Amino acid sequence: MLLIECPWCGQRDQTEFHPHGEAHIARPEDPDALDEAAWGDYVFFRKNPKGLHYERWVHSHGCRRWFNVMRDTVTDHIHASYKPGDPKPELPITADGGDTTGTPKT
Amino acid sequence: MYASIDDIPLTSACHARETLEGRNSLREMGRKGKLNLRGNPGDAAFSAAVQKAFGMELPLRANTYNEFQSRRLFWLGPDEWLLHCDMDDIDALTETLSAELGNVHHAVTDVSDYYTVIRLRGPDAVTLLRKGCPLDLHHTAFPTGNIAQTRLGHASVLLHYHDDGETWDIQVRWSFAEYVWDYLLSGMRAR
Repeated sequence: MLLIECPWCGQRDQTEFHPHGEAHIARPEDPDALDEAAWGDYVFFRKNPKGLHYERWVHSHGCRRWFNVMRDTVTDHIHASYKPGDPKPELPITADGGDTTGTPKT
Repeated sequence: MYASIDDIPLTSACHARETLEGRNSLREMGRKGKLNLRGNPGDAAFSAAVQKAFGMELPLRANTYNEFQSRRLFWLGPDEWLLHCDMDDIDALTETLSAELGNVHHAVTDVSDYYTVIRLRGPDAVTLLRKGCPLDLHHTAFPTGNIAQTRLGHASVLLHYHDDGETWDIQVRWSFAEYVWDYLLSGMRAR
């Protein structure tokens, strides 16, 4: 069971929320200019990372607002939740100085 | 619209409108006027118009409400509020509000028939709510006077904890009212 921080209501139980997949997918500016592969990629294809994932959640039993969550799909640790339109938060830094996507320290 | 005050959701579902089980009671409250209001609280014209029409400020903090006479204005979201008022006042309030708001971007919807309020009362009220509510309802975490939109079993509810410490108003969509009633009643009978 996760405790999720709603940017408006504060920390609530996971059962008050619904997840809706990957966040930050912008609709193409000019859909007519896309070929079928690119359009198919926009409509259907989503990342499925082992590790950090940016995803959309909705507080369906609470304020019914959408927001974004940065969650680690391995540990289920929620690193950040933020309002739609806010920029992606910085990646958390691991003990060895690299970030949690596995990028080593430079 | 229901034909009369007696013709409200639970009554029409062949339930008693009030029941007492042991030390705890359930009661469906009479019809209240309910207005759903959407708008931008950052717009000074919007806030001022609401203040003038309702006689109180918009609550801007999550899970709070403001009160003026028999009216209560609940925070539902960063751009959404719910007014409870006397049924007789609702038409006049809607008109006043629309007149005050004029061309300011907003939406007002009469949801009086969309929700009903069930009052749970008694020393075991918190225990009964805990059966299906994931919030920490201990009085240190959820003091009297608090409200919260949350879940009770499968139903979305608006909880309001009254100052006497053993009365909870549970606002629920009326199509879920019978479910919530039976859900609480089964718990009351098991105590």
